[in-house]
Amino acid sequence: MPVVRVDDVHKRYGALEVLKGVSMAVERGEVVAIIGRSGSGKSTLLRCLNGLEPIQSGRIEVAGHVLDASGRGLRALRKDVGIVFQSYNLFPHLRVAENIMLAPRVALGLSKREARARAEATLAQVGLAEKIEAWPDNLSGGQQQRVAIARSLAMQPKVMLFDEVTSALDPELTGEVLAVLETLARDGMTMLLVTHEMAFARRVADRTIFMHQGLLHEEGPSEEVFGAPRTPELRQFLSGGLK
Amino acid sequence: MIRQFGVDEFIFILGSAKWTLVLTFIALALGSVFGFIIALARVSRFAPLRMLAGAWIGIVQGVPVLMLLFLSYFGLAIAGLDLPPMIAAGISLSLYAGGFLGEIWRGAIQSVPHPQWEASAALALTRTQQYRYVILPQAVRIAVPPTVGFVVQLVKNTAIVSIIGVVELARAGHLINNATFQPFKVFAVVALIYFCICWPISLLARRLERGVHAGRPG
Repeated sequence: MPVVRVDDVHKRYGALEVLKGVSMAVERGEVVAIIGRSGSGKSTLLRCLNGLEPIQSGRIEVAGHVLDASGRGLRALRKDVGIVFQSYNLFPHLRVAENIMLAPRVALGLSKREARARAEATLAQVGLAEKIEAWPDNLSGGQQQRVAIARSLAMQPKVMLFDEVTSALDPELTGEVLAVLETLARDGMTMLLVTHEMAFARRVADRTIFMHQGLLHEEGPSEEVFGAPRTPELRQFLSGGLK
Repeated sequence: MIRQFGVDEFIFILGSAKWTLVLTFIALALGSVFGFIIALARVSRFAPLRMLAGAWIGIVQGVPVLMLLFLSYFGLAIAGLDLPPMIAAGISLSLYAGGFLGEIWRGAIQSVPHPQWEASAALALTRTQQYRYVILPQAVRIAVPPTVGFVVQLVKNTAIVSIIGVVELARAGHLINNATFQPFKVFAVVALIYFCICWPISLLARRLERGVHAGRPG
C-alpha cells in the first residue's frame, strides 16, 4: 500500500498549466528525489501534496488522507505530512523551543510537558539540543533550517516533504542539513525531496523522478536515472543543467 | 467686567485638560475595538466583509472628523436620539479612531511575510490559531509605533468637540479668553498644555520605531 498516491493531478495558475496530469506513488519508508529545471513543476507538485497549492483536478492521497479539488480534510492531512521550506520560515517572535512546541500543543493538543519533550528529542535528532532557548535570528542559516526540520518532526509525521531545503544556504552550510536528511532517510522516514543536490539525490534517494514541462518525464532507481538516463531531456539536464 | 488671567484661570484651563485626556482615552479604547474588527474584516477571506470594512475606512478617512461629530450630535438629534455632547463627542472620536487604527493594523497584519502563513498552515494550525499564535504577535510589533503616533493626532483632534460645547482644553481656553481678552497669553498656555501631553507620546513613538527597526524579537 503506497503512502503517497497521486492520480492525474492538474494544477493551473490562471492560463498557465503547471502540472499537466501527474501520477505517482511512494511506498512507506521510501526516499524519493524530484529533480528538474525551474518551472518544471517540481516544487508545485510537492506543495500540492500537503494542500499548500489547491489542485484543479485529480486526486492526491497521503498517509490515508484524500485531497481533491474541494480542499476538505486538509488539517488532518497536515498533521501527518511535514514540509520544510527553502527559506526555513521559523517564527521570529518565538524561541526555538516555542517554535517547535507550538503546533504539537495547539494542533495536536499535547500538554506543555509532552511538547517540550518532543522539542528536546527532535532538537537532539538534528544536533541542536543546546540551542533550545535561542532566538531564530541568532542562528546561522543551516541551524535555522535544522530547527525547521525539528519543528516538522515534532508533529511525528508519516511523510516529510523537503522543498529545496539547501538552496538558500551557503555551500559550507549545506553539508550539515544534508547530513540530517541522510540520517532521517536511514531511520526509515518516508521522504520526498525536491533538490538541486544531484550527488546527494543519487546517493540517498531510493528513486529519482525527473520532471519536465509539468509532467513526470522519467523515473526509476536513482542509480539508473543518474547513471543511465533514457530520455534526451534528462541527459541534457544532467549534463548542462546542474547549478 | 474684564477679568485678569491669573492662577484661577490657569487652574481652570489645566483642569479641563482632564476632559481632553478622558476623550482621548475613550476614543482610543472604543476605537481599538472598532479598529481591530475592521482590520480583521479587511483581511478576511469573505469578500463582502472586506468591501464593507474598506468602505467604512474610505468614509472615515475621506470625511472631516467635524462632520462625524455633527452627524452624531445634530444628525441623531433630528432622528430623535438626543445625545449629550460628551457622548456624541465620544462616539464620533471613536468612529474616527476606529477607521484610522483599522487601516494601520490592516497594514501591520499584511506586512507579516506570507511564508509565515504557509509555515503555520503546514503545521495544521487553524486560521484562528494562525492569527493568535503566529500572525498577530508579529503584527503587533509592527503596529505599535504608528499606533502611538496616531494617538498624538487623536489628542489634538479632540479639540474639535469644543464646537458642540464640551468643555475640554480648547473650549476652556476659549471661555477664559472671552472673560479676559488676553488671547495671546491664554492660547499660549493652552498650546503649551497640548504640547506637554503630545511631546512625550511623540518621543515614545520615535523610540519604539527605532526598536522595531532593530528587529530584536522579545
